[in-house]
Amino acid sequence: MIHKQPPSEETLCRQTEDGVLCVRLCGEIDHHRAATLRRTIDDAICRCHPTELRLDMSGIAFMDSSGLGLIMGRRALMDKLGGELIVVHPAPAARRMLQLAGMERIVRIEP
Amino acid sequence: MASYTVGDACRTRRPVINEIRIRLPALSANESVARAVVAAFCAAADPTATELADIKCAVSEAVTNCIVHAYREGTGDILLTARLLQDRLLCIEIRDRGCGIPDLGQAREPLYTTDAAGERSGMGFTVMESFCDGVRVSSTVGKGTTVTLCKRLRGRSTRT
Repeated sequence: MIHKQPPSEETLCRQTEDGVLCVRLCGEIDHHRAATLRRTIDDAICRCHPTELRLDMSGIAFMDSSGLGLIMGRRALMDKLGGELIVVHPAPAARRMLQLAGMERIVRIEP
Repeated sequence: MASYTVGDACRTRRPVINEIRIRLPALSANESVARAVVAAFCAAADPTATELADIKCAVSEAVTNCIVHAYREGTGDILLTARLLQDRLLCIEIRDRGCGIPDLGQAREPLYTTDAAGERSGMGFTVMESFCDGVRVSSTVGKGTTVTLCKRLRGRSTRT
């Protein structure tokens, strides 16, 4: 079965000249989708070796605790590389889950 | 069989207004299907956006537990029953016939997971308990687990 992701849920990875990797996440993050996102982000990290990974979560419409696992896993990877993970502009669906887990104590969240 | 109940909503007995039952193969692609079905079912009760988000999150956690933990050695079915009771009390039962939970107290602990390699956060039961007015879990090792999620819907039409 071919399952094509709708354009609105495409993950966009962009690297700036100063070693920052920006990843824009859109749509829903559950256990099913987290597996695909993990591969996409980790591939970009391996290609770019960024000093900073910025996860833009402004386009998230739904997120369960799988999204927390996705963030914590990427933070561990950036720690290994000596870099930093920053969560940027979390949409309400993502923010409520981040607040429930107290993620602000573990990762930088802007704003 | 071991069990625990959090909140008083699961102990409430009320007449059933409406009910659906679905059987889903324990495939990760069905996590979004379960959320969509439950959201469509409770739409008639006119929930607020926050209530709907709470319900979808709790259902997603319970269904994911079936796929990731209950059937980790193989596959099976997830039985989902949603009931709308009198006075807008929504009760959703999610049942598997998987491996069961040997220690319910440990499973409830925030950040506890048996699948750290799979990047599970261990927040599943914490999310369910935080976003619902009642959660009941009963489990028998080797036979399966039933999670009941209860949510009182104030509804947009009665919101002040």
